[in-house]
Parts: sequence; C-alpha cells; structure tokens
Amino acid sequence: MVSGTDKLPVGAHYGLRDWLSQRITAVVMTLYSALLLGIVLWNGGLDYATWQALFAGDAFRVATFLFMASLLVHAWVGVRNILMDYAKPTSVRLTLQVIVICVLIAYAAWAIQVLWGLA
Amino acid sequence: MPAAERPIDKPRPVYLNLFAIRQPLPAIASILHRVSGALLFLVGIPLVLWFVQRSLASPEGFAAVTAPLMTPFGKLVVLVLAWSYLFHLLAGLRHLALDLHVGIALAPARSSAAAALVLSILLTLIVAVRLW
Repeated sequence: MVSGTDKLPVGAHYGLRDWLSQRITAVVMTLYSALLLGIVLWNGGLDYATWQALFAGDAFRVATFLFMASLLVHAWVGVRNILMDYAKPTSVRLTLQVIVICVLIAYAAWAIQVLWGLA
Repeated sequence: MPAAERPIDKPRPVYLNLFAIRQPLPAIASILHRVSGALLFLVGIPLVLWFVQRSLASPEGFAAVTAPLMTPFGKLVVLVLAWSYLFHLLAGLRHLALDLHVGIALAPARSSAAAALVLSILLTLIVAVRLW
C-alpha cells in the first residue's frame, strides 16, 4: 500500500477513455448492423434501385456516417492495442501508429466522398 | 529446503512458448477477436468502401462489383470477411456482457466463447448458402 503521500495512484485516464469509447462505438455499430440487416431482409435482398434509393435518404447517410466514425475510433483503439503488444521498439511502434492514423483519416475522407459525392 | 536456500537453477524471466501450450477456449476466442479485427481494418474497410462507392455510382458499376461475388475467389473473400465481422461482433457482445460482470465465472465464460465461435460459423454458413 502507498502511504504517507497524497498522490493518487492514477494516470492520465486515457486508458479508461479508450476502453469506454471502444465499447460505446461497438454499441453504435451493432445497432447500425441490425438496422442494415433489417432493411436487407425487409427488401428480400437488394437490387440497384433499392440500394440507390436507400443511400439517397439523408437519415441513412447520417446513420452510415455515424457507423463509419464509430468504426474508425474503434479501429484506432484496437489496432493501437495490437501495436502496443507486438511492436516493441518505440520507433517501429510510433511509425506504425502514425501510418495507421493516416490510413484512418484517409478512410474517413473516402467515406465522406462516397456518402456525399464530392467526386 | 527453505525457499531462501534453494539454488536458482531456472533462468528468469521464463518465456512461455504459446504454441506448446494447449490454449483454453476463451484464449482462442480472444486471439481470433484480434485477428478478425485486424483483418477487418486492413482488408474489410477499404474493400467495403470501394464496393459501396462503385455500386452506387451507376447500374453498370453495381453490376461490375456484384459480378465478382459469383466467382469462387470473390465468394471466398466475402465469406472470410463475413466470418470476421460476425465473429468480431459476437465476441464483442460477449465482452460487453463480461464488462457488466455477466458470465465471468469459468464455466459460463468457456461456454460463451464456444457459443461465439459456433454461432459465427453457423451464420457464415447461412451467408454461404445465400451466396450460392
């Protein structure tokens, strides 16, 4: 036991924040997955017209973007955990982490382009 | 012999050979959770983004990206990613339950790990049936 000190045995709290965001984003993605599965089953499969009409709706675009944003936050926590466990040299780990962040930002830009058609 | 007098005959720290140890079911579920997550990040996200983009662009684009689903390699890719997504989802729901202290005893933790594995394979089989 630590005694004779008023210093609290705690860190920067980013561990708790990441743990919690990983779980909250997981719930968001689970709900979206159930929604999408329901839509596919409701339509008995998807042809081009149904697919196009689905993504034409603003509500579905926003829901899809929420899913993508959750996915990218979730992926960051997960991939960072993997790198912390297996990429031991700090230089290698930091380099890989920077690459992963760049890839995630690129995925986000791509998703926005797909959803709101900047092309 | 008292511990203090015992000779230090083993090199420390001991590195365990993970491949020589019979892994318990929750450990297998845990590493597969990681593997499936990595696969989804590396292959799943870009492939799905590409698929959605091409399929929404035009009826020709829709036909062009759904056509590979009819080839054996395309089906294999879809099945691997479908299993990764389904298993990751189920193992994740199991984790949320464990976080809420539901099923943390050894026996239920073992059976829920088995359930996640079996259910993910069954659901992937349903996807396979739909695909063929």
